[in-house]
Amino acid sequence: MSAQIDLHDVGQVFQVRGDDDNRKRDFVALDHANLTVRAGEFVTLVGPSGCGKSTVLDLIAGLTTPTSGTVSVDGRPVTGPGPDRSIVFQQYTLLPWRTAQANIEFALEAVGGWSKAERVERAREYLELVGLTEFANRYPHELSGGMKQRVAIARSLSYEPGVLLMDEPFGALDAQTRERLQEELIDIWRRTGTTVVFITHDIEEAVFLGERVAVMSSRPGTIRTVVDVRLDRSGDAEEDIRGTRDFAAYRHEIWTLLREQQQSAPRPVKVEVASVA
Amino acid sequence: MPSLLEERTEPGLNPRQQASARATHVPSYVTRLGRVGRGVLGVVILALVWEFVPRLGLVNPYFLPPLHTVLDAWWDLAKSGELERNLRASAVRSGIGFGIAIATAIPTGVVIAWYRPVREVLTPPLEVFRNTAALALLPVFTLILGIGENSKIAIIIYACFFPILLSTITGVTTVDPQLLRSAKVLGLSPAATFRKVVFPAAVPTIFTGIRISGAAAILVLIAAELVGATAGLGFLINYTEQNFLIPQMYAAILTTTLLGLAVSYGLVLLERRFSRWRPA
Repeated sequence: MSAQIDLHDVGQVFQVRGDDDNRKRDFVALDHANLTVRAGEFVTLVGPSGCGKSTVLDLIAGLTTPTSGTVSVDGRPVTGPGPDRSIVFQQYTLLPWRTAQANIEFALEAVGGWSKAERVERAREYLELVGLTEFANRYPHELSGGMKQRVAIARSLSYEPGVLLMDEPFGALDAQTRERLQEELIDIWRRTGTTVVFITHDIEEAVFLGERVAVMSSRPGTIRTVVDVRLDRSGDAEEDIRGTRDFAAYRHEIWTLLREQQQSAPRPVKVEVASVA
Repeated sequence: MPSLLEERTEPGLNPRQQASARATHVPSYVTRLGRVGRGVLGVVILALVWEFVPRLGLVNPYFLPPLHTVLDAWWDLAKSGELERNLRASAVRSGIGFGIAIATAIPTGVVIAWYRPVREVLTPPLEVFRNTAALALLPVFTLILGIGENSKIAIIIYACFFPILLSTITGVTTVDPQLLRSAKVLGLSPAATFRKVVFPAAVPTIFTGIRISGAAAILVLIAAELVGATAGLGFLINYTEQNFLIPQMYAAILTTTLLGLAVSYGLVLLERRFSRWRPA
């Protein structure tokens, strides 16, 4: 189950009120963004904060509609949320009054099409996929941050969406847990074959996870370049891919791309302060 | 004797260590036996003060009889069935009023919270009503509904309605937007989102209002029964006072306290039952 995503000349404008002048104006969050994600591909989206990464995800999810351009999944324009796409957010979005198992069942209830027994069975399967079988009856507050995100991933995958969207899902986790989850995510992706679009501001995470890394620039937000990452991921798990020379080269390439646009961006005007002395 | 400062800053396992050790830190200052023991001690001290202050002549024993006299009077009232009759009258009134308030305030609050224009129109009038003391309206209720049961139940409803209404509005409007977004991504309908996400999330907040109302129900009830009632604990207090049955009066007052305690503990237990999913 996987689907292709096409963003064609997508623009997104929001109405804002300026903090300084208190006047309404337009804010261009995205401008002429173009991106194609092939079916079954893992693409990471990296860029400075405020560059519109989350807007891209909201558009693909159907939470907002673009001001201009088209967003389509498998050739069909996106008009709203649907069970062919799912999101994992950075903030934990499990229902705190439901157990891990019941949270997955909740997604299946929402999407519909399964009997009660099927939902229970399926939820169990997906908890197993993320290695949390023995925590099925725990409430979210009894789970660690990493476990909560695993449940959220299991919940998102449980209804077999063609596209899995992830909005900095590991951003709030400690470094070790984050690396473990990155590896597990790749493993899950290989097994399910879902198309994944993964947002991050962490360059290493982007290179490690993505088959391709889309680099965004800000003001106005757009997708600047897409870097093909050709790392040999077939080797045994013991080898640390992050320590290889190729990995460092990709990391540096993306770092440079991000740095360049920071320098080309207009600097804030410095106000001269007259010395009193 | 540990101060609050020492108690709250005591070194121990942090939450992550507790989680990885699968254990809970035992604070050295808190033991269950000690806590219960000290609680009992407090009640015993209160009882002793009540017993001996009148006996030692520090207050006039006629106006504040020693505790044992009051308890004797209480026992006699209980045996005669008089206490039960009045307690029942009070419990029925407050129960009906409280029940109607819960049944109307929660749906009203939900509607107000769900639709922004409704909320914006109704918030100012609601503030006016909320800040009008229920007892100040007692004459109004009596004028319109007469001196009987209706006006008494109406005033209880009034007193209980607003805390529940306001807590429902707060509970519903402050639901974590991330939960709503994820419900939207799942394509959940508005009705189902309300049923499965918004309402369960609002329950703890709504319960705060229900607890406040439970206390208000008893308070307003007794006051309402002081005028123009023929049964009820408030009536009993007023009747015994006017007939100089002072120990009986204290017995009636003590009974209202017990009723209040029972209601508030009952509600706390109920609240725990509904929020087992929350961290303790």
